[in-house]
Amino acid sequence: MWRPLPDSAPRIPRLTMPAPPAGESGAVREAARLLVAAENPRINAGRVARTPNGITLLVELAELLQAPVNGGGDRVNFPSRHPLAGNGSGAADVILNLEVQGGGGPGFGGGARAANAKTINISSLSLYIKSNLQDFQHMADADIDIAADSEATLPMLVEEVKRQIGADRRHALQDRGNKMADAHRQARLAAMEAAAYGWDSSPISLARLSAELWAQIKDDDWSLVSWQGFVSGWPGRLWNFDKHYRYIGGQGAGAMGYGAPAAVGAALANRKHGRLSINIQTDGDLNYAPGVLWTACHHQIPLLTVMHNNRAYHQELMHVQKMCNRHSRGIDRGRIGSEIVDPPIDYAKVAQGLGVHAEGPITDPREVGPAIARAVAVVKRGEPALVDVVSQPR
Amino acid sequence: MIRPLVVLAFAIIAQASQPPALAGDAEHGRTLFVKNGCYQCHNYEGHGGAAGARLAPNPLPWRGFVSYVRAPRGDMPPYTVKVMSEQELADLYAYLRSRPRPPAVSNIPLLAR
Repeated sequence: MWRPLPDSAPRIPRLTMPAPPAGESGAVREAARLLVAAENPRINAGRVARTPNGITLLVELAELLQAPVNGGGDRVNFPSRHPLAGNGSGAADVILNLEVQGGGGPGFGGGARAANAKTINISSLSLYIKSNLQDFQHMADADIDIAADSEATLPMLVEEVKRQIGADRRHALQDRGNKMADAHRQARLAAMEAAAYGWDSSPISLARLSAELWAQIKDDDWSLVSWQGFVSGWPGRLWNFDKHYRYIGGQGAGAMGYGAPAAVGAALANRKHGRLSINIQTDGDLNYAPGVLWTACHHQIPLLTVMHNNRAYHQELMHVQKMCNRHSRGIDRGRIGSEIVDPPIDYAKVAQGLGVHAEGPITDPREVGPAIARAVAVVKRGEPALVDVVSQPR
Repeated sequence: MIRPLVVLAFAIIAQASQPPALAGDAEHGRTLFVKNGCYQCHNYEGHGGAAGARLAPNPLPWRGFVSYVRAPRGDMPPYTVKVMSEQELADLYAYLRSRPRPPAVSNIPLLAR
């Protein structure tokens, strides 16, 4: 029914954020008991750190236990160059999953797991009974399953661990910490060795692209505003993620077209802090909403976009190829509709047409660093810039 | 007991270092590597990534390589003889072995720092 608008402004209710729930104390005490008694525990971190304090709490827990932390790829949960960062060494006998999608099944993060390993899940996902299979998988693979927010539960867990660690355990824990620090060093060296493969290749390797980018931004207050999964996680392996805003994480789903608009939004949020926003942008994703480059230009949003231009909807290409093989449809038919060639898109021209400073396409790895340096200078003036790098698939 | 183990080890090493039964054409191997979609997960240089293992410049020993390509595990699709003959696999193998070794990390300032 139609009603006339009231003369006074409508009342806007106060926004009160609900306090997130912490875990049940008995279950948390039992989780602490398992962790303190473990010979080789590991912590898997999904979307744990909602606030900077989440990182502080996770560091405190890891250092108390001298347990390695697989920070995952979802957000900055743990400093990437902390000596306990990584999968540690050997098969874990107790695994603590914090906000890990899918209950942190055996494969999470690639770390080894003992056959009789105990699993502790703390996750707010368990609170959402409407969640689907993608959240829960088939069942929670856990010995203790705590339906609660991990960050809100960490203070209680930290206190319980402190209370339960006896003097006799401290020495053993310190020895374990030294072993984990060594594993962390070895993993960093292995990452650098791996990065050297294909170093001079054209199309340009994603390790090279990430290393060239890091050299140009590492002395700035930077923030990676795109998901690392499409670039084989190279920033996480080579860069120093030491603050909560260094990385916005991924979209939490498998859809395309999220990346570019999310990057512009995050860059807008970073602008008032004076942070240098970095977007490693996949070509297929940009095709969904290239107009956001104009938005960034129009609103003077400083954003450095470096194209990971592998000239395909590549995730799709790999999957379709697999299906073609499996069903004998012809090995070369997977490219239909999933490659972006004939003609390849000139993203520098696209960006220029939308008012953005742009260079490329770059196919010589030696030209990547200088082009990024020029683009960084533009971004520091408060404008967006784009460098189109023709890259290896993954 | 030690002697048979030593003999066995030598046998394994000898097999591992066996060249392909057929001579391979590296140039044609590159064409096949791209045409048949190997590059999609292993990258054009066969240096691997998150989606596929590193293959170059030291692929599996020849017989193991052939067996794996025909009946792979995980996400990799099978490449039957209808898709790639043994000769074509030999060409592909030659391409992988022809890839240059990576430079030493100490010679890459961006990584060494």
